[in-house]
Amino acid sequence: MDQTRKVAQEAEVFSVSTRVTPVIFEANRLKMLETRETHGVSLRIIKDGRVGLAATSNQKDVAKLVSTAVELAGFGSPTSLELPNSATYPLVNVYDPLVEEVSIENMIEIGESLIDRIREGNADLLCDGRVAKSVSTVSLKNSKGVDVSYTKSVFSIGMEAMLVRGEDMLFVGERKSSCNPITDTTFIKESIQRQLELSERVADPITGSLPVIFTPYGVAGALLGPLLAGFNGRNIVQGSSPLVGRLGEQIVDKQISIWDDPLLPYVPGSRTIDDEGVPSQRNALIDCGVATKFFYDLQTACQAGTVSTGSASRSLGSLPSPSVGVLVIGEGGLSYDDMVKDIEEGLIVESFLGAGMGNVLAGDFDANVLLGYRVSKGKPVGRVKNTMISGNVYQALSNLLAVGSDPRWLGGSLKAPALYCRDISVSAKSG
Amino acid sequence: MQDQITEALKNHGADYVEVRLEEGQGTHIRYRGRDLEEIGRTSSLGGNVRAIAGGGWGFVCFNNLDDLKEKVAQAVSHARVVGGEAVRLSPVEPRVDIVRPTIHRDPRTVPLKEKKRVLDEYVDIIWSTSGIQSSVVGYGDGYRKVTFANSEGTYIEQEKIETTLRIAPMARDGTEVQQAGISLGASGDYSWVETLHDEVQILANRAVELLKAPQVKGGEYPVILDPVLAGVFVHEAFGHLSEADHVYESDHLKEIMVLGRRFGGSHLNIVDGGAIPDLRGSYKYDDEGTPSTRTDLIREGVLVGRLHSRETAFKMKEVPSGNARAISFHFPPIVRMTNTIIEPGEATFEEMVADVKEGVYARNWYGGMTSMEMFTFSAREAYMIRNGKVAELLRPVMLSGNLFTSLKNLDAIASDIEMNQGGGCGKGGQSPLPVSNGSPHIRIRNCLVGGT
Repeated sequence: MDQTRKVAQEAEVFSVSTRVTPVIFEANRLKMLETRETHGVSLRIIKDGRVGLAATSNQKDVAKLVSTAVELAGFGSPTSLELPNSATYPLVNVYDPLVEEVSIENMIEIGESLIDRIREGNADLLCDGRVAKSVSTVSLKNSKGVDVSYTKSVFSIGMEAMLVRGEDMLFVGERKSSCNPITDTTFIKESIQRQLELSERVADPITGSLPVIFTPYGVAGALLGPLLAGFNGRNIVQGSSPLVGRLGEQIVDKQISIWDDPLLPYVPGSRTIDDEGVPSQRNALIDCGVATKFFYDLQTACQAGTVSTGSASRSLGSLPSPSVGVLVIGEGGLSYDDMVKDIEEGLIVESFLGAGMGNVLAGDFDANVLLGYRVSKGKPVGRVKNTMISGNVYQALSNLLAVGSDPRWLGGSLKAPALYCRDISVSAKSG
Repeated sequence: MQDQITEALKNHGADYVEVRLEEGQGTHIRYRGRDLEEIGRTSSLGGNVRAIAGGGWGFVCFNNLDDLKEKVAQAVSHARVVGGEAVRLSPVEPRVDIVRPTIHRDPRTVPLKEKKRVLDEYVDIIWSTSGIQSSVVGYGDGYRKVTFANSEGTYIEQEKIETTLRIAPMARDGTEVQQAGISLGASGDYSWVETLHDEVQILANRAVELLKAPQVKGGEYPVILDPVLAGVFVHEAFGHLSEADHVYESDHLKEIMVLGRRFGGSHLNIVDGGAIPDLRGSYKYDDEGTPSTRTDLIREGVLVGRLHSRETAFKMKEVPSGNARAISFHFPPIVRMTNTIIEPGEATFEEMVADVKEGVYARNWYGGMTSMEMFTFSAREAYMIRNGKVAELLRPVMLSGNLFTSLKNLDAIASDIEMNQGGGCGKGGQSPLPVSNGSPHIRIRNCLVGGT
C-alpha cells in the first residue's frame, strides 16, 4: 500500500486465505481425506483515472504487483470510479469456532452414518458425498482508509445417490451448509428418500402447456439465473436487461417479493462488507411484484449514476462484479402439498440439465428436466424422462398460481419456497 | 527444485506418494460494450501431495512450497485415516522427462498494445453494425509449468501455453434481447487471434438477425449438427460415460458399458487421445505421469475401449490410457477426456439435408451437460430444414437426448471433419479443463428439441 501512494491516486489490496478440510466419500465408502490451504492477494489501482489489476498466489511476485498494475492501468478505459471511504460496518456473525473443532473422526462418522441410513432398504444405491469444514479470512485495505477483515467458518454436507435399473439412471441428492457445525443430517436423509420414492416409477411422457411446480431447487435451477441477470447492474448499464428503465413497474405477480440480505447471521453467503469494502446492506429487488432495486458494485453504480448497493463479488484474479450475497424469496400462502393436490395434469420439477444455456439475458429458461415428476389428479405418479421445459421467467412469474408457504434454505446463500406456475411449455420424447 | 522434491519423497512410509508443483502466469483483457472493462495479470505458485497408505487417498494442496517433507507427511497421515480396502494402481513405467511446449507464436512475446489493437478492431466491427446493444470480447493467455514426481521414480516437467478468445455481440429491439457468440482457443499459438475480422462481422449481423427469427416449435425432429456442435454432442452424449471413474464402482454400469456392446451403426467410430498432436487437449504425460495415448472408444459401432486413470485401470483390469487430469494443483487428477473425435464417414452435407422433409440444422455450440444417460446441449445458431433445403434462421435451440438411443439414431456421417478448440470441460468442480472435440457433419433421427 505504501508503494502505491507514489505511483497511483487510489489503491486497494484484497486478500483471501482459506483452509478447507473435506472428507470425501465415493461409492458408499470413505475415499479421500484432504486439506487445502490457499492464499492470494489482489491489487487494484486507479492511476490517472484508469484501473489496473494484478493478482498472485506466489509470494515472490507480491513485490511486482505494483509495477504490473501500473503498467496495465495504462491500457485501461477511463473511469470516474472512486474507492469507498471508511464507514461503520454492520455486525454480521459468520464465524463459529466450533466448526474448526469438529474432529475428522466425527466428520467421517457423520458421512458414514448418513450413507448407511440412506441405503437402508436400498442396497443398490451408490452414494458419493462430502463433509467439509472451512475457515476463510477476507481482508480489504484501501488508500481511503478502509481496513477491514472478517473470518468465516462454513460446515457443509453434500450427498448424491445414484440408482441404476437396466439402462435407467437416477440421480438424487441433497446438501446443507451453515456457519455452525451441522450435527443433524435427518433432513438430508429424508429429502433423498422422498426423491427416491417419487422416482420409483417412470411416468408416461406428457407434453403441452402445463401447470408446473418449481420446488425450491427447481426455482434455483431454472428461474433464478435469468431473473437475477435482469437485476444485475452490469446488464442494466449495458442496456442488455429487459428491466432497464422499469423500476417501480409491476414486472411479475404481486405474490412475489425477493430481497438480498447478506446481514443474516451464520448464513455462509453473509458478510459485513462486500468484496470492495462497501458495507453490506439488505436490498429489496422485487416488492410485491414491483421491481424496486437493481444491484450494483462501485464500477457499475458509477456508470449508472447511482451508489453501490454493497453487491461486489470477486475472485482473486478478477475485478469485482455485481452479485447477490444471500437471496431470499418471500413465502406465500399455499403449502407444497396443496399445490400438488391442485394439479389435474402437470409437473413438479426439481433439477435440470443445461439450465442457463439459453438466452438468459432475455429471461428465457430452457432445460432438460433431470429430476421431475408427473402429477395426475393431484398425486405424483412417477418420474418424467426425456422431457424439456421452456419459458420466460417474467411470463412464468406473471402467470403465477401460488407461492409456497414452506420455504427452505438451499446451500448457504438462498432461501426459497416452491413456486406454482401455469402454462409452462413442456416437450417430451415419446418412449 | 528437483532436489527438494526428491528429498521430500524419501522415507515417506507410504505405499505411494506423488508431488505436483505448478507455476503459472496469465493475462486477460475483456471489453464490455465499447469499453475495455478489465485488464489484469495474474501469477500463481502452488503444489499438492497425494498419497496412498494402507487404505485410501490423502491429499493436501498449498501455496507455500516451504517444507515439502512436512506436506508429504500430512498427506500420508491423511491417507492412513481413510483405512478400508487398499487403493491399488495399475503399473506405469517410471519416466524422467522434460517437455517443452510446442510454440508457433508465443502470446507472451506479443506486446499488450498489439493485442489491444486487434481486440479494438473487433469491438469496432461489432459496434459499427446497426442494432447492436452490447458485447463482450474477452481474450486470455496463460503459461503453466507443472513438475510431477512420484515415489516410483517418475520425474516430469511439462510446460503449456494457451490462448482463448470469446466474442459475444448482443442485439436488442425493445424488450427483445438476442446474443450470438463464439469461443475459440489454441495451444501454443497466438497468430489465429489476429485474423477473425470476417467471423466477427458475421456474428454481429447474426445477433441482429436473431431478433426477427422465430422460435422452433418444441418436439422431435431429424437434426443435422455442424462439425462444431457434433463435437460437443460426442463429448456430452458419449464421452463422459466412457470415463471409467463413472462406471468402475458400479456393477450395473459395468454391465451397461461392457466392451463389445453395440452402440451405433457400423459407420460410427469414436476416438479420444491426448497423443493426437497440437490440440488443446494434447499432452505428452497426464497428471499421474502416464504417457498419453490414442484410445479407440467405438469402432464400427461397437464399444471397444474407455478412458482410465491408474486407479480405475487397475480396478477394471484394463490398461491406463493417460487420461488422469487435474485442472490445477488445487485438485487431485480425475479421469477426463482430451481430444474426442467422431471419425469422418462418406456422406455429404447436401445428401443429409436432401433426405429431410422437416428438421433442424443446428450449428455452433453454446454449452452442453450430461447426466450420463441423458444429455443436453445448445446451439448458437439454428435453421429449419424444409423439403430437403436449409430454410429460415431460428432462435438458438436446445437439444436433448438419451445416450443409448441417440447414437443408434445417428444415421449419417459426412467426411468434412473440423476440430472445435474453444471448449472447456467441467467435472467434479474442475472447470474449465482444456479439451477439444471434432467431427464432421452428422445427422440424428428423432432428436428432442426444446421450444415453445
